[in-house]
Amino acid sequence: MTNMIVIAELSKGNIHPSTAELVTAAHAFGGEPILVVPCTDASIADSVQSLSGISKIIAVKSDVFDGSDSSGWASALDSALPSGTVLCLATSRSKDVAARLAARRNISVVQDVIRIDGTNLTSPIYSGKANQTVSVSGDAVITVRANVFDSAGNDGSCDVSVVDASGDVKTAVQEIMQRASTRLDVSEANIVISGGRGMGSPANFAHLEAVADTIGAAVGASRAAVDTWDEIPHSMQVGQTGKTVNPNLYIAVGISGAIQHLAGMRSSKYIVAINKDADAAIFQHADYGIVATWEEALPVFQEALSAMLG
Amino acid sequence: MPTIVVLVKQVPDTNAKIVVQGDRVDLSSVKMVMSPYDEFAIETAIRHKEATDGTVTALTVGGPVSEKILKDAKAIGVDNIVRVWDDSWSYLDSNALQSILSETIQGLGATVVYCGKSAADTGAGSTGPGLAERLGWGNASNVIGAEFSDSVVVSMPVESGVAKINVALPAVISCDKGDFKVRKPNVKGIMMAKKAKVELMSATAPTSSINIASHSMPPAKPTGKTFEGGASASQVAQLLRDEANVL
Ligand SMILES: Cc1cc2nc3c(=O)[nH]c(=O)nc-3n(C[C@H](O)[C@H](O)[C@H](O)COP(=O)(O)OP(=O)(O)OC[C@H]3O[C@@H](n4cnc5c(N)ncnc54)[C@H](O)[C@@H]3O)c2cc1C
Ligand SMILES: Nc1ncnc2c1ncn2[C@@H]1O[C@H](COP(=O)(O)O)[C@@H](O)[C@H]1O
Repeated sequence: MTNMIVIAELSKGNIHPSTAELVTAAHAFGGEPILVVPCTDASIADSVQSLSGISKIIAVKSDVFDGSDSSGWASALDSALPSGTVLCLATSRSKDVAARLAARRNISVVQDVIRIDGTNLTSPIYSGKANQTVSVSGDAVITVRANVFDSAGNDGSCDVSVVDASGDVKTAVQEIMQRASTRLDVSEANIVISGGRGMGSPANFAHLEAVADTIGAAVGASRAAVDTWDEIPHSMQVGQTGKTVNPNLYIAVGISGAIQHLAGMRSSKYIVAINKDADAAIFQHADYGIVATWEEALPVFQEALSAMLG
Repeated sequence: MPTIVVLVKQVPDTNAKIVVQGDRVDLSSVKMVMSPYDEFAIETAIRHKEATDGTVTALTVGGPVSEKILKDAKAIGVDNIVRVWDDSWSYLDSNALQSILSETIQGLGATVVYCGKSAADTGAGSTGPGLAERLGWGNASNVIGAEFSDSVVVSMPVESGVAKINVALPAVISCDKGDFKVRKPNVKGIMMAKKAKVELMSATAPTSSINIASHSMPPAKPTGKTFEGGASASQVAQLLRDEANVL
């Protein structure tokens, strides 16, 4: 039996809660995983000690994990990890690291897995228009989409062993232009509310932000909105040439539902659409469709949400 | 003078309807095109050439039908077009594909490789970083802008914003949609491309450890509920909490 290894996902220096989903995914593939925590400060591993179903925790300490260089990440992890099948979360950084780690070990990488049935792995292909199931022989590196597997429980107690590692960093950050807003990124959020050309003006995105603040959502946009208005940055774009999101709830406001937009959000667990055109394609994909202008619907929505959650 | 390689892949038109026949995707009546992000990779590669001289070679791993996208690349302005193939290959997993690319790129003596951030069929985004690892090179992914000198300074999104990152060469750079226009072929380019010869190469590929078991359509969503009028938004808010349990 090969080792199962889960690499904890880091988010702003802490362990991302979806790490618990990776433990469940590892069990679906082949057994109790070793949890590896990349860190600069091993104390962050304390927060996962109680995860159920892990055999041990290795905190791999290295300065490289403070940066974004994937060569540094992959080489430091490689030096500290036993051989085996490795699982990590399908975020853009971890997908890069996964690809490097697999190449380093001469094994294959399977990205964006949404179902695991023993060694059969299913991922979306053609922007989610179909699914592909592959069978894996031998070790592989697998990235798993967030919000697909249930989280492992919390009744364990695992010791943490700390390993120091160094990595081979090949790129150097010159400067970081801070994101203007402190808003949540669409690819990290459990709820996303996006606006399209139907919002009429970039100023009207303030109405989406108000809803987002009430329910803890990130604000996204269609490409038409990004292309039309300079104020709406490309980092907000959801879709084929934007970000792929997989939240529990996606709210599309004034978005027609073009195939390229669907490519980025169709796997969301629940979809709400607000559009004045009853024939808009987005309604075919919505769990809850509201045929109305956003001017009519959003204030009511906002008030109901505030009353419910306030 | 840098030897610049740009990777291009043929994929189904992203507007095409995808159908599954039996347990395999049937692409027989689907129009094939260059994967959209590869157009940004070509544009960035040509800009690199314009800033520093050098040559751009477009490279694809694929059967004879994929020569069309090489001709498209030629029409846009690359210098050389290379196709790598061996009739014994069928499904190439990431390990096999990257081995082939790595061998070919070393043979071409490349200083820098541009590719798409992900291919429109796989959506994987494995090739750029995986290839860089095999070559022992640096890489940058999701690149939206680049400035060229002895190294390439790329712009890419990171957790805290957009970073400018100095990437020493040799390196592999995976391109996202940048905030620039990609050039389209002109008449002269199209004429040149017609006459251009595709250079055919081969390479060794390790056996794939991944096999395709099946393709399937994503499970159809149960038809949703539709409401008329803005006032219904409060009902939807209730359902999101009580029925969908997402609030
Ligand atoms: C290669 C390629 C890649 C692409 N990548 C992407 C991508 O990544 N992401 C993406 O989103 N698109 C992408 N597109 C573009 C895509 O095809 C559509 O053009 C785009 O998604 C349309 O955006 P929209 O829905 O905001 O605008 P529109 O299609 O113009 O729709 C606006 C909608 O708003 C509704 N509306 C108008 N006023 C109101 C109101 N007051 N209240 C409520 N509703 C109202 C209208 O009924 C309409 O349905 C891509 C296209 C190509 C060719
Ligand atoms: N068969 C191939 N031939 C040439 N380039 C490829 C091939 N497959 C992938 N690539 C390149 O790698 C990028 C990412 O592909 P992927 O890793 O499959 O998402 C693509 O946009 C291409 O630039």
